Amino acid sequence: MTPMHIVFLIVAAVTLFAAGMVVTTRPLMHSALWLILTLGGVAVLFAMLDASFFAVVQVLVYIGAIAILVIFAIMLTRHIAEDTSPQHNKGWWLPLVGMVVLFVGIVVGLSQWSGFETPLPVLPAEANNLVLFGQALTSPDSYVIPFEVASILLLAALMGAIYLGTEGKRGKK
Amino acid sequence: MSPTIPLSWYLVFAAALFCLGLFGMLARKNMVAILMGVELMLNAVNINLIAFWRYLYAPDLTGWAFVAIVFTAAAAETAVGLALIISIYRRRKIVVAEEANTLKG
Repeated sequence: MTPMHIVFLIVAAVTLFAAGMVVTTRPLMHSALWLILTLGGVAVLFAMLDASFFAVVQVLVYIGAIAILVIFAIMLTRHIAEDTSPQHNKGWWLPLVGMVVLFVGIVVGLSQWSGFETPLPVLPAEANNLVLFGQALTSPDSYVIPFEVASILLLAALMGAIYLGTEGKRGKK
Repeated sequence: MSPTIPLSWYLVFAAALFCLGLFGMLARKNMVAILMGVELMLNAVNINLIAFWRYLYAPDLTGWAFVAIVFTAAAAETAVGLALIISIYRRRKIVVAEEANTLKG
């Protein structure tokens, strides 16, 4: 038991508890706040996996943008989403059983795999992942096409969201 | 016990997070809550990608490119999904997924 093990166990327990609260609490606003805690826990795990860039992106994009969007959507649709009415479908136990079976299946299946207990390899000290990643994203030999496709996807999402968001105003003209 | 955290811990954690997200997506009524379940699942996928990158392919950055694409797709999906939910709410005053069963408003 090194300190890293203890940190991992605490972070994983808090994150999974928060994720459980996201899918079970009745007031939707509480769900959204638990979601922020879950996303923060995932960001800590990214940092533990030496991907500090994605830890920062997780905080900026997920907590800073996506969680805030979700909270906005909850507040805009608040009158209908009464906190007292049931928030789960009638047959909610069926997915619960299915998910427990799926989880056990995944874990058992993975434990058969020989690489399951791979220990942590040491990263070469001189490697600067962030610089290499930036170069790879703009180099024609590596990932410039996926990078551009991602930017087109974002542009399309932007236009689609604006189109849907201004629907009422266009109808009045 | 090994001095470092083995890969299996991250994989089991990501599997649990994925199953919780899928449960939320299948069992919740509210469309915003369903989207939150999808976010949990995408986060589990990202944890898996980064863990496999760190343990098996460390100096090569292909895993990072995948994670960046997943982040972009998640942002786009949330923006369009929430715009759709708000649009449906404006027209028909519903946020429960099973009531939104007609395509023409």
